[in-house]
Amino acid sequence: MIATAGAGALLIIACMALVTLLVRFGGVFVMGLIPLNRRVEGFINGMAGSVLIAVLVPIALQADTAGRLALLGTAAMMFWLRQPMPAIALGIAVAALYRAV
Amino acid sequence: MRTTVAPALSFADCRRGFWRLLPLSLFVAAFGAAFGLAAVQTGLQPVEIVLMSATVFAGTAQFAALDLWGAQVPLVPLLVTTLAINARMLLMGATLYPWLALVPPRRRYASLITLSDANWAMALNDLQSGRNTLGALVGGGLAIWLTWLAGTLAGMVFGGLIADPRAFGVDMVLGCFMLSMALAGRRTLRTVAAWIAGGLAAWAAVRWLPANTHVVAGGLAGGLVGALWLERDQ
Repeated sequence: MIATAGAGALLIIACMALVTLLVRFGGVFVMGLIPLNRRVEGFINGMAGSVLIAVLVPIALQADTAGRLALLGTAAMMFWLRQPMPAIALGIAVAALYRAV
Repeated sequence: MRTTVAPALSFADCRRGFWRLLPLSLFVAAFGAAFGLAAVQTGLQPVEIVLMSATVFAGTAQFAALDLWGAQVPLVPLLVTTLAINARMLLMGATLYPWLALVPPRRRYASLITLSDANWAMALNDLQSGRNTLGALVGGGLAIWLTWLAGTLAGMVFGGLIADPRAFGVDMVLGCFMLSMALAGRRTLRTVAAWIAGGLAAWAAVRWLPANTHVVAGGLAGGLVGALWLERDQ
């Protein structure tokens, strides 16, 4: 236990910042120790896309109808135009409109 | 994905990355305002709140810190929580390794200082589609860092920034952005299989594993699919 009075709080924040910075550096650092072969490259490739999907899963699960329609609108626009910006804009507009009505 | 040329990191690249991610940082500002307000209500001093947002720069971990905050803070549980919540950044950093390995160490690590979900996704999309630049990572990271700090300050001073960010769809910005990044990339049967494995693992982690483990679970599951199912023509 560390008291948050005085410099204690700053020490806690500094420790949190250090841990987070080490995590930001850590992935690249560890990969530097592993020889890059086809399997490792395959692992990185598979991980890249699935991290995106994994970030999305709880967002989609917890979203209300407006939120899910927003994701649907974005997906449809991506298949049609393949441009992220209009797709995101449409998604947000769908959510805002659905909630306004 | 194999490259032989180190990705560029010119000032112009960073500026472009900054402006590309700035409009999307709207949700970051709203999230930052919520944090600033919650931190004031928890009893943190203004200088502590600003320092935390500026140096930790990880929203979910900062909210978790508020839950443990009091006259006395258990340091080890707090740091373990911080590590667990931010562990997804280990995977995100690792996916950038094939390109960052080609960059001199000092620049390699400096460009990771502002690594977070949105600028990682945009940078990876650029690199995978042949735009060989780290501008989105560094410039975009700066845009997110600035809006996170500005949002925190606004929340401290004015309370909630927008009365109801949900009315403007702000809560869906990150979701729509991540989805567009996933769909912008090249799709093969293999990547779709990795998505399905990752999505199912993340869903299972949301249901049965401790909070905030879903990204690591999903990433590792998708990685296994990628490691076991190799592309033939390489």
